[in-house]
Amino acid sequence: MKVRSPSSPRRPFPHWLTWLVPVAALAGLLVLLAVADLPQALRADLPPLEILSFERIDLTDSGFRAVVVNGGPVPVTIAQVTVDDAFWSFTIDPGPTLPRLGRATITIPYPWVFSEPHRLRLLTSTGLTFDGEVQVAVETPTPGLDQLVAYALVGGFVGIVPVALGLLFYPAMRRLGRKALNAILALTVGMLAFLLIDTGQEALEVAGHLPGVLQGVALVLLSALLTWLALLAVASRRRPTETSGGMPLGLYVAWMIAFGIGLHNLGEGMAIGAAFTLGEAGLGSFLIVGFTLHNITEGVGIAAPLTPGRTGLPPGFRPGLRTFVGLTLLAGAPAIVGAWVGGFAFSFLVAAVALGVGLGAIWQVIIEVGRLLRDDAARHSEAVVTWPNLLGFAAGTAVMYVTALLVTV
Amino acid sequence: MKPIKSNAGSLNRRSFLKAGTLGGTATALAAAVGLGHAPANQGTPLLAEPSPTPTAEAEAQHHHGSDPSGSVGEIAPTAFDPSAFLEAFDQGVVTSENGRTVRTWKVLALNKDIEVAPGVWFPAWTYNEQVPGPTFRARAGDLVRFDFFNATPHPHTIHFHGFHPPSMDGVSPMVEPGNTFLYEFEAQPFGLHLYHCHVMPLKRHIHKGLYGAFLIDPPEARPPAREMVMVMNAFDTNLDGENEVYAVNTVAFHYMKHPIRVRVGEPLRIYLVNLTEFDLVNSFHLHASMFRLYRTGTQLEHFEFTDTVTMGQGERHVLEFSLDHPGQYMFHAHQSEFAELGWMGLFEAVEA
Repeated sequence: MKVRSPSSPRRPFPHWLTWLVPVAALAGLLVLLAVADLPQALRADLPPLEILSFERIDLTDSGFRAVVVNGGPVPVTIAQVTVDDAFWSFTIDPGPTLPRLGRATITIPYPWVFSEPHRLRLLTSTGLTFDGEVQVAVETPTPGLDQLVAYALVGGFVGIVPVALGLLFYPAMRRLGRKALNAILALTVGMLAFLLIDTGQEALEVAGHLPGVLQGVALVLLSALLTWLALLAVASRRRPTETSGGMPLGLYVAWMIAFGIGLHNLGEGMAIGAAFTLGEAGLGSFLIVGFTLHNITEGVGIAAPLTPGRTGLPPGFRPGLRTFVGLTLLAGAPAIVGAWVGGFAFSFLVAAVALGVGLGAIWQVIIEVGRLLRDDAARHSEAVVTWPNLLGFAAGTAVMYVTALLVTV
Repeated sequence: MKPIKSNAGSLNRRSFLKAGTLGGTATALAAAVGLGHAPANQGTPLLAEPSPTPTAEAEAQHHHGSDPSGSVGEIAPTAFDPSAFLEAFDQGVVTSENGRTVRTWKVLALNKDIEVAPGVWFPAWTYNEQVPGPTFRARAGDLVRFDFFNATPHPHTIHFHGFHPPSMDGVSPMVEPGNTFLYEFEAQPFGLHLYHCHVMPLKRHIHKGLYGAFLIDPPEARPPAREMVMVMNAFDTNLDGENEVYAVNTVAFHYMKHPIRVRVGEPLRIYLVNLTEFDLVNSFHLHASMFRLYRTGTQLEHFEFTDTVTMGQGERHVLEFSLDHPGQYMFHAHQSEFAELGWMGLFEAVEA
């Protein structure tokens, strides 16, 4: 046993103790909070705040199947269910009492009427009510191989085909002069600016449907911020300088554009999947036409930085077929995944995060493409915003805006 | 290009997501329809196919989750029992002063949570811990005394319909928390009346449950019959100014789950009072039979022979009828919305 002599210098605390002290203090504080129950003192006799949200409502051949989430601070007991102002029978799984953030599935046998609206209302044990709207009653398809394949085809047609079509412009674009190419890059930026706004609006709307406790807007913005920072981190490690070799900058930017567009198409796919879940064939093909036209520009945008003479791309640069296929899949295939999710497992939470990620990615792509234009302008001692570039930018936004009208009507 | 269908209006992914506000995926795309087919669904129409399930069966169905209509589950057995209330007439403590019959009641105002549908609790204001309050019953000419004590945090009164001095009208004085007041007057005229709190805001004081039936029998009793009280009431459980639950005698669908058992051919008399708040009118409709209607019960000749009567708030009538075939006879508000939100029940006529 060691005995410290009074004359010896003070030994520093052992390393582990420096951690233990604050951790123990923190634990003590938590215990104190629990024992004192300060919130209780402040709460007094305030009634509990019950918050229930409908996550989704499926329509089956025998009625409704609703998933609800308790987004409030206290457990909620669902006592009764009315449909269209009539008490109705129901079963609830796992049970009528939902803990905080608990989730339950309510099955209601009900003779819903095709194409008509219906209102589900939950009465809690305290008499509060929470409504779920079915705006247009159409049976929700059950997932099966046929549906899976059909959605894949739809997603592919809307996502992959237009991107591939756009990339077909690549040989023609190789022959364009520098200024024309810059204009096309500017067109890409315009297109991306539209997508940024469009995706942002969607993300915030989706966020608004989440229970307040999940903080949808913060979720979207943080997803976007983290995605952007992650892409910056990726860029700091992998983006080559002109001297270091590796992937040429132009090629890297093309991949980035494809990635950002892919995430945007994921959201688009989700909407289309849900549309097909409800819609008839005629309506579906109408949608496909609109979205396809809308998305063709995306291929052009991806191809623009691949033209020779761009940063890091040697004059004779010719990307391989594999590159084009990869870019097409990266940008277009997420529409397939989106269609599946939209059709079978739509969740506002997943959608909010995915659209947030898309926002961050699109923002980073705008910066990257903008940098291409800026660097090129600097090399030739020109302004970035030239008339051809401005026209390209305007054309990019205009094309997206006008084709978006097709699906907004 | 393909022409755009006019009914394909709001179809874009944004409107889809917006439409999903509360409903999720399946709710959206207002345009997706009108191209369609007839619904394949078969359901259980509530009014056409009642579920006359006795308690045990209803409970069994609840456990299996296949109760075809109405509320799910049963109210707590210790709570207010509408079946008992139906035939409970409170005659008060009867004494005699100078050869005159005197009836005295103690009435307590007390806040109490009541169950208005299985599992749905309503923070009520009550007379004698029940909604509706007791059915006070006297004979014309009796001296009646109501010894009222207010044990709630709000001022309350008892306003009786009928003849009495204005000082006994139950508007002023307001009986403050912890205070008492003695209402005393001669029971007149005979007929079916009601009582309720008359403190402002009236809507809240009445709707919260401070009301009941006040029955004054004629000097010569009405012909013998099996007598019942039905107070049509409703509850705005989420306090949005509209009722979520409708009932006769407070509990939604109670007499659907517990049909009122009567004998075939037995003379029946219903004292029907409308104390529904927030809705202009309520009504009573009897299936498969007709009743003699005595408006307000103040005359002994019936006013009408009908199967449906519509009443404004505060109106009350006496109904007399018999059920001449064995089986179940539905009765309900003829506003189908009220019926499906709880105001629906059954008589079950059985051979003697």
